[in-house]
Amino acid sequence: MIEKALSGSSLYKGWMLFLLAIMGVGGICYLQQWNYGLGITGMSRDVSWGLYISQFTFLVGVAAGGLMLVLPYYIHHYKDFGRITILGEFMAIAAVAMCLMFILADLGQPMRALNVMLHPTPNSMLFWDMIVLNGYLFLNLICGWGVLHAEYKGVKYANWLKPLIYLSIPWAVSIHTVTAFLYCGLPGRHFWLTAILAPRFLASAFAAGPALLMIVALIMKKTTKFDIGDVAKNKLVTIIGYASLINFFFIGMEFFVAYYSNIPGHKHTLDYLFWGLEGHNNLVPWMRASVLFGLIGIPLLFIGRAKKSDLGIGLACAFLFLCMWIDKGLGLVLGGFVPSPLEYVTEYVPSAVELGITAAVWATGFFILTLLYKIAIEVKLESEA
Amino acid sequence: MNNKRREFLKIAGLSALAGLGAPAAVNMLVRGPGMAHASSGHGASSEHGGGHGEEKPAGVQHGIVIDVRKFAEDKELARKCIDACHSIHNVPDYGNKKDEIKWIWTEGYEHAFTEHSHYKRNAALHEMPIITMCNHCANPPCVRACPTKATFKSKENGAILMDFHRCIGCRFCMAACPYGARSFNWRSPREKDANGNFKYIKQVNSEFPTRMRGVVEKCNLCAERLAVGLLPACVEACGDTKAMVFGDLNDPNSEISTVLNENFTIQRKPALGTQPSLFYII
Repeated sequence: MIEKALSGSSLYKGWMLFLLAIMGVGGICYLQQWNYGLGITGMSRDVSWGLYISQFTFLVGVAAGGLMLVLPYYIHHYKDFGRITILGEFMAIAAVAMCLMFILADLGQPMRALNVMLHPTPNSMLFWDMIVLNGYLFLNLICGWGVLHAEYKGVKYANWLKPLIYLSIPWAVSIHTVTAFLYCGLPGRHFWLTAILAPRFLASAFAAGPALLMIVALIMKKTTKFDIGDVAKNKLVTIIGYASLINFFFIGMEFFVAYYSNIPGHKHTLDYLFWGLEGHNNLVPWMRASVLFGLIGIPLLFIGRAKKSDLGIGLACAFLFLCMWIDKGLGLVLGGFVPSPLEYVTEYVPSAVELGITAAVWATGFFILTLLYKIAIEVKLESEA
Repeated sequence: MNNKRREFLKIAGLSALAGLGAPAAVNMLVRGPGMAHASSGHGASSEHGGGHGEEKPAGVQHGIVIDVRKFAEDKELARKCIDACHSIHNVPDYGNKKDEIKWIWTEGYEHAFTEHSHYKRNAALHEMPIITMCNHCANPPCVRACPTKATFKSKENGAILMDFHRCIGCRFCMAACPYGARSFNWRSPREKDANGNFKYIKQVNSEFPTRMRGVVEKCNLCAERLAVGLLPACVEACGDTKAMVFGDLNDPNSEISTVLNENFTIQRKPALGTQPSLFYII
């Protein structure tokens, strides 16, 4: 099956070369970080997590978003998702791979990463996150590959895959719940200390994951013979739309609790993110853009569907994906450190090396994604032909 | 073997495994290995600032009472404490805030006691240097967060210690600490200049290890000095001023217990339930 990834159009090859080039540049950047230490990034004593961990957090959501394609098909026997379920599973593989790379990039002593397994510590949420992320990676690898390979051979997938597929559904919820627990169980970080953090993570995940999938699907419709079909597309719009609305509802609740209770600690970070605090306002334009993108994206999504406009739907998904990326991939993690526990405002700006490594991890993710999707759609097209 | 028997054996085997593993796992989860000796925690919060039904303290829990008035009287005192600690422990000085590493330092009142009201406080209070360091909590969030037990609570005296050789540098403990007590080695503190001297450590104390980059460090309550019968360096630097009183919080006859009994003291962020072992007389 793997041979299908080795040949392709010049567009395919060009795209893969482009990604490899970014990975190469990022590799050089990582070498610099390896030699100097994490001081080469923009992180500091006060903002001790930066772009790496915030990207990791966001991508856990993209991975969990695959659930929205697997669940309707396998639990509700929603046949119209038959062609895209595999895309959801493969997207999860690429996203979890990026998560693991971002964590490794963030470690001060990456060679000691296995200490997490050598000295298992169940009271640490990071220990559990390691378990659920790796578990989810293997579940999707086994299920996705197994089901596709059966289709390749023209037979029904093995029965033993069934329990693993069912297991992968609650497992998807667990990865983002445990990732939220990394943050919401810490005393003294008011912005994160909210019981709604895991639900919020899940809502944004169920919007961002399928939104990315929709964009990729629309691109594939243009560049390949693979079309996910109007029924599946319209159902995806419903899923993305509702998940985005719920996400916004949850954010609104955070605002209400902070500003109506009027407790300073609860307001500080929101102040910093949306209005600026003590003259520091690096993230203000981003956060406002995030809200704006959401406000544009949601109506555009439904209008696009009503007008049967792929361009409209694609644009809307891009807006929503960016909206969630800023909200969770920037604001949530970086904002949690401002103000510091001693109420200082220290701002964080990623360094060039850090941006290079981040870009390379994303490129690696898209490399894996393209590879897997190439195999998947060729097998699909062949078996349907 | 017929199918039914096979099925039965499978289920029986699985349930036996689950039955064996579950209680241990639940136990670990509820108490946590890091928390297993939480009983060595002190009963501070039942005496100082509420809490209900606290576990009875047992074992040794070292703590310090810091008399802020003494530090206000002698402006040089805080500097002496900081220098003593940082020179003994090879704490590097990079001269910038981004790479900064500190084990003990001074804060303004409004930064040390963020949860207190600063409205209409007397001006003198705001000028007082508040000595700040790791609180060696009886209920430490950093220990809870660490995925490798690289930071742990000492069974001997309740101090929160670091294993620099096990730390993977994930900095979860830094996010977890509500007191900003932890520093990360963003770069190598062992960097040397052309003459082979350490660039960022003025005089290396060979009795204590320098760190490698990529690990977290913080005040260790001078575990290495306590082990040979010495006082923590900062307490010793205070001399006879009684600006800092060190001792076992769980021993009702210790000097620190007497001081706590005779003075009104406060802790930092008591509402978070961390049960700090540092007390302040303002």
